[in-house]
Amino acid sequence: MQSIKNHLSLVVALLSILFSIQIFTIVDRSIEAYKEKLAMNYSMVVVSQKNLKTKELRKQHKLISYLEKLSPDSIIKKLDTGMSAKNIDFLKLTLPKFYKIKLTHFPTPSELEKLKKSILQIKGVKKIESFETTHNTTYKLLLLFKTVISTFSFAMIVVTVLLIFKELRIWQFKHNERMNIMGLFGAPVWLRSAVLFRLSIVDAFIASILGFVMFSIISSNKWVLDQFKTIGIEVVIFDPIFDFLFLLVIAVIVSILLATFIVLGHKEEV
Amino acid sequence: MDKVIVAENLSLAYSSDETIIKKVNFSINSGEFVFVTGASGSGKSTLLKSLYGALKPKEGSLVVGGVELKGVSSKKLNFLRKHIGIVFQDYKLVKEWTIEKNIMLPLIISGYDKTVTQNQVDSLLKHVRLKHQAGKYPLELSGGEQQRVAMARALAHNPILILADEPTGNLDEYSSQLIWNLLEGANQQLKTTVIVVTHHIPETMTIDYKHFHIEYGEIHAVN
Ligand SMILES: Nc1ncnc2c1ncn2[C@@H]1O[C@H](COP(=O)(O)OP(=O)(O)OP(=O)(O)O)[C@@H](O)[C@H]1O
Ligand SMILES: [Mg+2]
Repeated sequence: MQSIKNHLSLVVALLSILFSIQIFTIVDRSIEAYKEKLAMNYSMVVVSQKNLKTKELRKQHKLISYLEKLSPDSIIKKLDTGMSAKNIDFLKLTLPKFYKIKLTHFPTPSELEKLKKSILQIKGVKKIESFETTHNTTYKLLLLFKTVISTFSFAMIVVTVLLIFKELRIWQFKHNERMNIMGLFGAPVWLRSAVLFRLSIVDAFIASILGFVMFSIISSNKWVLDQFKTIGIEVVIFDPIFDFLFLLVIAVIVSILLATFIVLGHKEEV
Repeated sequence: MDKVIVAENLSLAYSSDETIIKKVNFSINSGEFVFVTGASGSGKSTLLKSLYGALKPKEGSLVVGGVELKGVSSKKLNFLRKHIGIVFQDYKLVKEWTIEKNIMLPLIISGYDKTVTQNQVDSLLKHVRLKHQAGKYPLELSGGEQQRVAMARALAHNPILILADEPTGNLDEYSSQLIWNLLEGANQQLKTTVIVVTHHIPETMTIDYKHFHIEYGEIHAVN
């Protein structure tokens, strides 16, 4: 019972930090996935006198995925008021060319602005339509969502850290007593703190494993998966190897840091 | 004779405005058995604290086991403490460790191997009549039993110097006698120097001993 209580406070604190971090990771991944999805549906239209080639454009702009030539037929059809085939062919030659540009990812407004400017500098390019207002609204919404979640995770971590610092004084007191007694029998500082470091590393492992179990359950939960399906994106909620290792490393670093604080604050009483 | 402790013009204080021990001179030879008496608050525990380096001399010099404790480095102090066995007035047992592990502490610190440690602890538990309590935690024991654990821990590593602060303060007649026998035994058989703070020197003492009395910050030899 005593030993469970010893572990509980640090494990809960660590778990709460790990939870905030993983939630942030999931949101970040969702936004990236959503951006990709948006990029797939998003395109710009370029009007040019000369032929444009995907290869040449891509050399200048990594952002560009490919060009797609739009057939002028639909435009000509609108003008079709009984023109002869010969005239239509002539018209086709003189009409500027229309291209749809697909991008590799959803651009930021400034990326978009830069891209537009440089495409306009290409010889022959007359006009470019980037549907800017729609793009900017979507982008700002994404950004807002990300900011809200980041702030939330950050606040949660701050609150947890404050709680940990409050607990730290209790831990300090508790460990100080044992470290003092060990010191009175000549134990060097590393030996006095060995118990503490072992304890905190064990707690880090317990917290990571609990986190592993928790996120494994979440990532196979039907309701959660349905939410992502509704948005139409696929996201790795919890990678059982990489995410687990990442959380473990964070937990170990945090708990070693805390143990170090305790050791540094250790004073021999008279 | 080798001197284990030499104090010259030694003053001890917790703060600058009150000196507890004032410019005392005394020495203790290797293998001696010493009683320290004095009224409550006279500075008996304070003197012991200085002997294991928890309270540094304010003035003068104090040499224990050849180590000058004024301005001693923590490395040297740890080395010295490995050869001292202390029984504290408030026991100072580690609450989250079993009785057995508490007694093992000095052996673990000195790096003894497992079998030696286990044998030593078993024999000590027998000596202090606590064999059946080995797996319990300090707070599950009576005050007298805790004191016996503290005694066993002080003897565990065969120290050259034992410092005991009222080791029989909480004990009944029978247990007190047990402690005196252990201290006498260590002194006689292992030639351990023993310094005991007490209110009553037992009448049953069969060996020669020195007696220091502390009064008004001064230390007087009584016999
Ligand atoms: N940690 C401390 N900080 C400040 N003053 C202290 C401290 N410990 C003891 N003192 C003071 O030093 C004086 C001597 O205390 P000490 O504990 O040495 O007495 P003692 O002779 O052991 O008494 P007792 O027989 O009651 O154990 C007392 O006046 C006490 O108030
Ligand atoms: Mg005292």
